[in-house]
Amino acid sequence: MAAASVSTHVSAIQAKFKVLKKTEFRGETTLYVERTEIKDLARFCRDTLGFAFLVDLSGVDNFGQEPRFEVVYELYHFEQGLHLRLKISVSEDELEVPTVSDIWATADWHEREAYDMYGLKFAGHPELTRILMWEGYPFYPLRKDFPLAGRPSEMPDVAFSKAAPLAGGPFVTVPSTATTKDREPRSREIE
Amino acid sequence: MPETSPVAYDSKIEGNIIFTRVDSAMNWMRKNSLWPMPMGLACCAIELMAAGASRFDIARFGAEVMRFSPRQSDVMIVAGTVTYKMALAVKRIWDQMPEPKWCIAMGACASSGGMYRSYAVLQGIDQLIPVDVYISGCPPRPEALIEGLMRLQRKIETEPASREQKREFFASLKG
Repeated sequence: MAAASVSTHVSAIQAKFKVLKKTEFRGETTLYVERTEIKDLARFCRDTLGFAFLVDLSGVDNFGQEPRFEVVYELYHFEQGLHLRLKISVSEDELEVPTVSDIWATADWHEREAYDMYGLKFAGHPELTRILMWEGYPFYPLRKDFPLAGRPSEMPDVAFSKAAPLAGGPFVTVPSTATTKDREPRSREIE
Repeated sequence: MPETSPVAYDSKIEGNIIFTRVDSAMNWMRKNSLWPMPMGLACCAIELMAAGASRFDIARFGAEVMRFSPRQSDVMIVAGTVTYKMALAVKRIWDQMPEPKWCIAMGACASSGGMYRSYAVLQGIDQLIPVDVYISGCPPRPEALIEGLMRLQRKIETEPASREQKREFFASLKG
């Protein structure tokens, strides 16, 4: 079999679609593409290039940057054993993203999770409801401006939530090459 | 051997008669057949299952009859992380259990939220239902659960089982 590589697929994509940026890190290729084109691109990747499997779909909140959100599509090519990552950026004013759940069925729940945690609206999704939190929960908890302790909410007979006591600061890990004791989650003061 | 006792007494049943108070008798019966409602919500439930299985065997304490119907259970063992999404369901099951009923908060999460100081987790099931015994550990070993069960038995021993009922009964007659 001819040595298949991601670069041939990337050039095929670049010939048909607008690629804003291309990065490579440790053999992983990431393409930054237009939000409006993602649906056609996804279909092209699956049908023409053969990326049959959507490994993961996730949201990212780059709080303080504009555009604030990103959606990451992690694709896999079974026959050639290749990974490809697509990223689109989504601004806070326009949270609508075309769904890919009709292209890869697995995107259904992933998109619901991204909606649940970040409030990204996937247009055309068959049932865009919360997947982890309950329907009617008023916040998007993985957004960076949402406190770790949570916020109080109340839905009578359905669910409620309260802010958790964070005595001594949040329990967070610290990136460090020192001992486990320095790294592991502990009650630390926020700097 | 000549009959010397002044009262007629059938010596055959001697030893089969116990003098006690009604409270003590009821408590003794209650504490030795605690039917648990296994509220298994996380990894503590695995230890709960181990405690129910042959190696640790809470049947020795009369607590082996895991009832998945709240209407037939006496003690709710909340084993695991209670999320806010689950919290009112736990409360609803607790409300369906008939009196007298007890609650064991098994493990750090059920007792206090544990390591989950987060937006999604109820910080201790005692915010919703009254807890009799807290068991520390993450998760607690089956021995710890058995210890908790024995503490609950000791607690039940001290309860005024019939006194409350009598008071309520006479109050209802007056009312």
